[in-house]
Amino acid sequence: MAHAEGQQLGTHVEGQQHPIGIYLKIWGLLFVLSTASYLVDYFHLQGYLRWFLIIVFMLLKAGLIVAVFMHMLWERLAMVYAILVPTVLLMVLLGIGALEADYTFLTRGVFFLKGLF
Amino acid sequence: MTQARTSTAEPLTLPEGIQGIVSDWSSDQRAFKNVPWGKAMMWIFLLSDTFIFSCFLISYMTVRMSTTEPWPNPSEVFGLTVGGKSIPLLLIAIMTFVLISSSGTMAMAVKFGYEKNRKMTFILMLCTAALGATFVGMQAFEWTKLIVHEGIRPWGNPLGAAQFGSVFFMVTGFHGTHVSIGVIFLIIIARKVLRGDMDQERPGFFTSRKSKYEAVEIMGLYWHFVDLVWVFIFAVFYLW
Repeated sequence: MAHAEGQQLGTHVEGQQHPIGIYLKIWGLLFVLSTASYLVDYFHLQGYLRWFLIIVFMLLKAGLIVAVFMHMLWERLAMVYAILVPTVLLMVLLGIGALEADYTFLTRGVFFLKGLF
Repeated sequence: MTQARTSTAEPLTLPEGIQGIVSDWSSDQRAFKNVPWGKAMMWIFLLSDTFIFSCFLISYMTVRMSTTEPWPNPSEVFGLTVGGKSIPLLLIAIMTFVLISSSGTMAMAVKFGYEKNRKMTFILMLCTAALGATFVGMQAFEWTKLIVHEGIRPWGNPLGAAQFGSVFFMVTGFHGTHVSIGVIFLIIIARKVLRGDMDQERPGFFTSRKSKYEAVEIMGLYWHFVDLVWVFIFAVFYLW
């Protein structure tokens, strides 16, 4: 969009230009989501519900910031994929970390807390 | 229009979708079309920074899951007492809203920058810097409270698992450093905007490259990233 407008003016525009309203709306939405995640703690929600809500609000906020504030929504796919796909690799590290932590916890339980197992 | 047609910089229409990815990546000269060089480089830096912060947060998860000592309850540790009533995580909630607001003003600064509205861009960037400085100030207050009043140290604390202090100071310290560097650069770029560097394409003091308004957007990317990292720290450190 911004590119096409730039060409019509006869100038070469590479920037991102969007109406101010969208930034204000996303700003408001981020406030709502932050309040919601704060309320999860305030009302002492526990267990799977707490985790589900925290992660959903976290990912929604992150998605809105990257998509609109950082303009990923309007970039070409070659750029979007080059930046976002490598982050999926972190899920592997997350999995390895969780496995390792469980193992360490088990070993510590066996060796340091003699009555536990 | 004619000027655009004779330009050899890039074809007039670029294919979209998967075909667009293939043609962009296999094309000559540059893979990232419609993106200034500096912006692509900032994105690649941010990707590497994402991996650094992820390493910290995943290490934190590993350390917290593997400890047999009780983990100090963040809801209480980071609570504030207002008027004799203890409110959990109050300071952190305010810090979150301050940082989100700074992201909002930054996004608008980028918009006014591309409209070549020097005054508004300058004002909004200074607002962003002020909110960022407020965030760092509140973090300094939080650290003081934890170190002086709660006796939390990187090697141990009276509340439970010793790892709490080391992870906390490491993660929030690294993030706070990012915010501080961001504030400094916001002020530098804001001054360049106000002086008219971007309109005159004045060479930069360090790289000698022509100043352009895309510098505001690149600065914005860094700033939004700092806010993005806080979203994850807030969720996994303070709410867990």
